[in-house]
Amino acid sequence: MRKLKLFRTLAFRIVLIYFVAFALSAAAIVAFTYWNTVTALNGQTDRDVTDEANVLSEAYDRLGIVGLIDEIIARYPLGPQGHLYLLAHTDFRRVVGNLDDWPQTEQLSDDTVEFNYEPRLHEIHRARGRIIPLTGDYELLVARDVAERYQTEQQVQANLPWSVLLMVVLGLAGGALISHQLLARLDAINRTSREIMAGDLSRRVRVGRTGDEFDSLSENLNRMLDRTERLMKGMREVTDSVAHDLRTPLNRLRNRLESISNGLDPDSTEATAVEGAIAETDRLIATFNALLLIAEAEAGVAREAMAPLDLRGVVEGVTELYAPLAEENNLSLDIAPSGEAVIQGNKTLIEQALANLIDNAIKYTPPDGRVRVAVQSTPLGVALSVADTGPGIAAQDRARVLERFVRLEESRNSPGTGLGLSLVAAVARLHDATLTLADNAPGLKAVLLFPSMRTGA
Amino acid sequence: MMRILVVEDDLEAQKYLVNGLKEAGHVVDDAAEGETGLALALSRPYDVAIIDRMLPKMDGLKLVEEIREHGNATPVLFLSALSEVDDRVKGLKAGGDDYLTKPYAFVELLARLDALMRRRQPAAVKTRLLVGDLELDLLSRGARRNGTPIDLQPREFRLLEYLMRHANQVVTRTMLLESVWEYHFDPQTNVIDVHISRLRAKIDKGFEHPLLHTVRGAGYMIRAQA
Repeated sequence: MRKLKLFRTLAFRIVLIYFVAFALSAAAIVAFTYWNTVTALNGQTDRDVTDEANVLSEAYDRLGIVGLIDEIIARYPLGPQGHLYLLAHTDFRRVVGNLDDWPQTEQLSDDTVEFNYEPRLHEIHRARGRIIPLTGDYELLVARDVAERYQTEQQVQANLPWSVLLMVVLGLAGGALISHQLLARLDAINRTSREIMAGDLSRRVRVGRTGDEFDSLSENLNRMLDRTERLMKGMREVTDSVAHDLRTPLNRLRNRLESISNGLDPDSTEATAVEGAIAETDRLIATFNALLLIAEAEAGVAREAMAPLDLRGVVEGVTELYAPLAEENNLSLDIAPSGEAVIQGNKTLIEQALANLIDNAIKYTPPDGRVRVAVQSTPLGVALSVADTGPGIAAQDRARVLERFVRLEESRNSPGTGLGLSLVAAVARLHDATLTLADNAPGLKAVLLFPSMRTGA
Repeated sequence: MMRILVVEDDLEAQKYLVNGLKEAGHVVDDAAEGETGLALALSRPYDVAIIDRMLPKMDGLKLVEEIREHGNATPVLFLSALSEVDDRVKGLKAGGDDYLTKPYAFVELLARLDALMRRRQPAAVKTRLLVGDLELDLLSRGARRNGTPIDLQPREFRLLEYLMRHANQVVTRTMLLESVWEYHFDPQTNVIDVHISRLRAKIDKGFEHPLLHTVRGAGYMIRAQA
C-alpha cells in the first residue's frame, strides 16, 4: 500500500525518469568513447604492422631467407616498445627475431593476433600483430607492443563499478534536485489553492519573474480567482439587495401592523385580526429568511466564514437544545458515542441544518419513538446522521422532498415552510457534502457525509 | 429614561422607531445618513445608539468604526436588512454591541436596548442574585427558593442566571437563544418555551406567587410579587 503510494507520487516518478535517462545517456557516451578510442588505436597498430609485414615479405621475395634475416636483424634496435619480429619454421622453431619463443597467440580475426610476451623478467606485455606464412615452410610474426592500450583497457574495466556508482549517485541527486525544484513550486501553488478553497478568496498565488510555465499557471489561476471573487462579490451584492429590498417593505408592514395593534383594545376582534396578520407576516419573514439562507449557501457566499469545526460539539449543543422538546413528545433523543470529527465548516449553517433534521425527526416520530444523532469518522469522510423511528419517507419521494417548498401530503397540515430539508441540502452542497435519506427500518435516516479535513501540509 | 440616537435612512421606519421610543419614555435624536449620525454621536452623550447597517454617505459599519476610533464607547445596536450569514459577525467586529435583523418586533428592540443599558452599568461583582425569595449563588452554583434548594441542570442554571440578571426586564426568546445557548439560527419550533416551562416547574411549582412570567407577544420576565 505504502509502496504503491510512493510510486504514484510525482516526486518519485521524476527522480526515476531522470535517473534512467541520465544512466542510459551516460552509459552510451562512455561506451561510445571507449569503443572509438580502442578501435582507433588498434587500427593504427594494424596499419603499422601491415606496412612492416609488407616490407619484410617484399625483402623475402627479393632476397630470399638470408636477406629477410638481415633485414629483421637490422630492425632490432627499434626496441621493446617498437616492433616485434619472429621468423620461425612452420613447426615454430625459432630462426631469428627479438622474441625468444613462438608465443601463444589469440586469433582475433583472419589476420590479426594478440599475445603476451616477456620483454624483461617478470614483466608481461601485450602485443598485437599478424602472422605471415612464407613460402619454404617459414612463418613470420610481426607485431607491436600494445601494453599502454592494454593497461588503459584494464584500468577502465577495473574502474567500471566505481563509474557505475558515481553515475547512480549523480543520477539520483540530479533527479531529486529537479523534482524538488518542480515540486516546491507546485506545492506552493497547491498550498495557496487549499487556503483559498478554505475560504480566503482574496489570496493569490505568487507569480515568479521568470515567466516560465509555472508562472503562467499561477497567472491563469489568479485570473480565475479574480473572476470567482468578482462573481462571489456580485452574488453577495445580489443577495444583499434582494434582502434589503424585501426586508425594508416587510419591516414597514410589520411596523404599521404593530402601530395599529398598539391603539386597539387587546380583547377586541380587530386586535385578534391584527395579531393574526402580524403572525402571518412573521411566517412570511421566516420563509423569506430560509430562502435567502438557501440562496446564500448555494451561491457559496457563506464559504468565507468556514473554519475547522468539531461536529461532536455541534451535535452535543443542538441535541441538548432539543432534548426537552423530545421529552415532551415522549421520544428518546440520544447521541451515539463518537470520537473527534473535525470538518471545515460554517458553524451557524451546520447548526441550522442539524436543528432542521432533529426538528423534523421530532415532528414526525410518533410517541415512544426514538431519535438518534450520530457523528462518525469513516474512510469516506465524516458522517453526521439523524435517525428516527417515524413513518420514514417512501423511496420514490426521497429525492423530491429535498426540493424547495415540497411537502408530502401526510405533513401538509403541520407547521413548517417546506424549506427545512432544502436548506439542509443546500448546506450540504456548500460543504461539498452529500445528503442521503435512507430507510432506518422503520423510520428515516438522514446522513450528511462531509469530506474529511485535510490534515498536515 | 434613556438618551437614544437613531440613524436610519428609511424615513418611515425611522419615524416609527422614534415615535415608539418616545412613547416608551426615551429622549431620541435622529439622523438619516451616516455623516450627520457621526457628528451627533460625537457631539452629545447617548446611552445607546441604533444604527442601520446600510446608510447613505457613510455606511453603518464605517460609522461605528469611526465612533470607536474616537474612543466613544456608546453601546451600539445594529439594524440590518442585509442577508444574515456573516453580516452579524462583521457588525460585531466593527464595534457593534448587538445586532437585529429587519423586520424586527418592537418589543424585541426595546428588550435588547434594556439589556444593552444593563450591560453598560458597571455591575458590582455579584456573587448572589436575588429576586423575591429566589436566590442564585453564582459561586456554589446553587439555587434556593424560600430556603429550599432547587436542583438545576447546568443549562437551566445559565438560563435562570440570565433571566435574574435581567430581572424586571422583558427577555425575548431570541435573546435567550443568543445569550444562553449562543445560537444564531432559527430553531423552527419554540424550543425555548419548553426549556422555560421546565425551569418554571422547578422554581415556581408549589409556590403561591410565580416569579417567571410570560409576556404576551414578547417573551419572558422574572420579577418579584409587586
